[in-house]
Amino acid sequence: MTVPLLEMRGISKSFGGVAALHGVDFSAAEGEVIGLIGENGAGKSTLMKILGGIHQADSGSIHFNGQQAAIGSVADATRLGIAFVHQELSVFENLDIAGNVFLGREPRRMGVLIDRARMHRETTPILRRVGLDLDPGTPLTHLSLAQRQLVEIAKSLSLDARLIIMDEPTSSLTLTEANRLLEIIADLAAHRHTVVYISHRLHELTRSCGRAVVLRDGRLAGGLTGIEFTHANLVRLMVGRDLPPAAARTAVGASAGGLAIRALRTQAWPGHTIDLDVRRGEVLGLAGLVGAGRSEVARAVFGIDAMLEGSLSLDGRALRVRSPCDAISVGLALVPEDRKLAGLILEMSIRENATMATLHRHVRRGLIDRASERRAAEGAISSLGIRATSSEAKSSSLSGGNQQKVVLSKWLATNPQVVILDEPTRGVDVGAKHEIYQLIRRLAAEGAAVLMVSSDMEEVILQSDRVAVMHEGELAGILTGDDITEEAVMHLAVGQAPGLAS
Amino acid sequence: MSSGLPTPTRAPTLAARLAPWRRELAVLALLLAVSISLALVNEQFLTAQNLQNLMRRVGISGIFAVGLGLVIITGGIDLSVGSLLALLGILQCFLLVDWHVPWYLAFPIILGMGAFLGLCHGLLITCLRLWPFIVTLCGLLIYRGTAQFIAGNESKGFGSAEGFSAVRDFLNGYVIGVPVSFWIMLMVAGAGGVLLHGTVFGRHLYAIGHNEEAARHSGIRTSLVITIAYVLCSLTASLTSILFAFDSGGITPSNHGSFYELYGIAAAVVAGCSLRGGQGSMVGIVLGVILIQLIPNLVNLLGWDTSLTFAVMGLVILIGAIADSLLVRPRH
Repeated sequence: MTVPLLEMRGISKSFGGVAALHGVDFSAAEGEVIGLIGENGAGKSTLMKILGGIHQADSGSIHFNGQQAAIGSVADATRLGIAFVHQELSVFENLDIAGNVFLGREPRRMGVLIDRARMHRETTPILRRVGLDLDPGTPLTHLSLAQRQLVEIAKSLSLDARLIIMDEPTSSLTLTEANRLLEIIADLAAHRHTVVYISHRLHELTRSCGRAVVLRDGRLAGGLTGIEFTHANLVRLMVGRDLPPAAARTAVGASAGGLAIRALRTQAWPGHTIDLDVRRGEVLGLAGLVGAGRSEVARAVFGIDAMLEGSLSLDGRALRVRSPCDAISVGLALVPEDRKLAGLILEMSIRENATMATLHRHVRRGLIDRASERRAAEGAISSLGIRATSSEAKSSSLSGGNQQKVVLSKWLATNPQVVILDEPTRGVDVGAKHEIYQLIRRLAAEGAAVLMVSSDMEEVILQSDRVAVMHEGELAGILTGDDITEEAVMHLAVGQAPGLAS
Repeated sequence: MSSGLPTPTRAPTLAARLAPWRRELAVLALLLAVSISLALVNEQFLTAQNLQNLMRRVGISGIFAVGLGLVIITGGIDLSVGSLLALLGILQCFLLVDWHVPWYLAFPIILGMGAFLGLCHGLLITCLRLWPFIVTLCGLLIYRGTAQFIAGNESKGFGSAEGFSAVRDFLNGYVIGVPVSFWIMLMVAGAGGVLLHGTVFGRHLYAIGHNEEAARHSGIRTSLVITIAYVLCSLTASLTSILFAFDSGGITPSNHGSFYELYGIAAAVVAGCSLRGGQGSMVGIVLGVILIQLIPNLVNLLGWDTSLTFAVMGLVILIGAIADSLLVRPRH
């Protein structure tokens, strides 16, 4: 290997006391295409955001082009020649292609007027290099997602980027578009650009990258090159964490009844349908990578988003759910992914949040009976162990775990038959986590059907009775009993698991 | 404004219990201060005539402010109130004078018309997801223009009030020395207060104003609740319209009721409603209406040029907002 273009050494970073990276080393040579891979939350994006100047490392050093580099901002990174093509594109739809490529550094005439002719002249050859045969004056609204991505790459080329970071660039592309992008990446490498490629699609990595670097829990898990660079080895490096043995899983027969989801199509993945059974008495874990369409299934079932197609039934009876209000009336409950945005009303008290879904029960002669509400809220505070000064405390004053318990208390009050939990312990401290797990167990034991969407591998493996895994909008498979291992879940989640898919 | 209040502490002291009402208390204190000073400076202030006049103004703008307050608490706005007063006022003239419709039929028609236009606002906002500002701004223009057109851009009066002079005189009159419009305002505000602070509907208004997404996730029919709020807003505006038309004695379609929506919005905001929604109380809205209506009186009794009225009104609201921001809101 030649002298590396980039050397990151001992990079560490914490967010609010939670360590995201522990002393990670990463290097890249000129003209190399490196795959960067790991589970959700392994630290890939954090590492690259430090390189791109979006985050600053707590400790560690970065050398770029043989020199110590202090990257304090995106502008610093751009000056060094580091460009970041984000998963959520940062292009401006109201501008044309040239306007996006030259955004913020438009060539001027007479000091004030934008020199459009020059912008267009300089954009054309760059577009050709990324395989975009379009006029630079085309508005971005006319471009497909794949084409917009190419505009971002063109922008980084016009900035003379020597190292281009691509965060899951193919996650929303069709197969042909993705193949074309991989060809362009190969061409960039041939022209001595370095590309760091974050992806979950292992076959793309093995095809287009010279080597792969695997992160796990914020640490370097290893690197793979040459003949070792195989699908199986990648999965082995990504997982390989020692988990405590799972509690005895409850095996519930298909006869137990429960929620049946049939031929569900969502807006996020209109090309695929999902069939899923959540049985009474079990906790069905729903695993998958971010963007696989799990939350969309949860939202569609609960009536938040309209389903494109599909039907629901509970214990064999068809359900008609067109709004959350319908969902609640037939016994469904959803603890949403974003607690602060959708789970509770931060400005309102514990009392008001806890009774939000069952307020009609606290009405006496047309008026809300606050004493009755308070009794219900205080009951929830003591039974769920919510730590708060009183039931009148504002929800915003509570810790994440206690807020989540308030959300749960709201749904427990409805006596739900089907409980859908989307990332139930995200941002929750360890103590509260265990209490929430006990609560989930109790719900299942009392006969509810529990669907738990989770990106936390440990949670999925240890708390589920069965695990369904989604991959790009489809059900990749269902694991039961001893088959529930981190490796098996990961195989299904990345989409290549011959013999395991159902 | 509320610098006199001690800062809230953790213990459930009197101060802590009053803390949520700080805006209302501040407006009440300001109202008392202004009234007492005015009474001392000019003996005209406490005359029956002046107080009755003030109460009539408060009554008329207080009625629709109740409905407007409900809309503001959901995080919405209704700019069309003033124009609606003109449109429905013209309609009232036509119904009673030109078409000889008996008043007991004319009034329900006016109220129904107002409620129907409110329903249109609500449906456009919830079903088509249009911005409340845009929908009701268009209402402001459409109703004013329509009123001017159907009246041939001429003022219309009630003439000799043949067939409805008794009801007109009653609505323009007094009960126990207090204007009827003020009594009606008290009843509407009382009902509005119970609705807002006592019922499930009121709780849902606050929930939607704070966080519509979380409200929907909790099973609240947000579209229905918001639509009802706009219907109630236009309904209270049409009730105002009936009283205001008789009070004015006639309708000049080009300026009848213009700016009234802004008095209502100012009254709600000055006493604690946030235009972002979720905040405010019925007591605050009524106090805000009184404060706003006191200002023309103040300008008049202090012997200032009455053309300064708007400027004084603006300054009072601005000073209130600055005081609130500097003294009360926690610093970041």
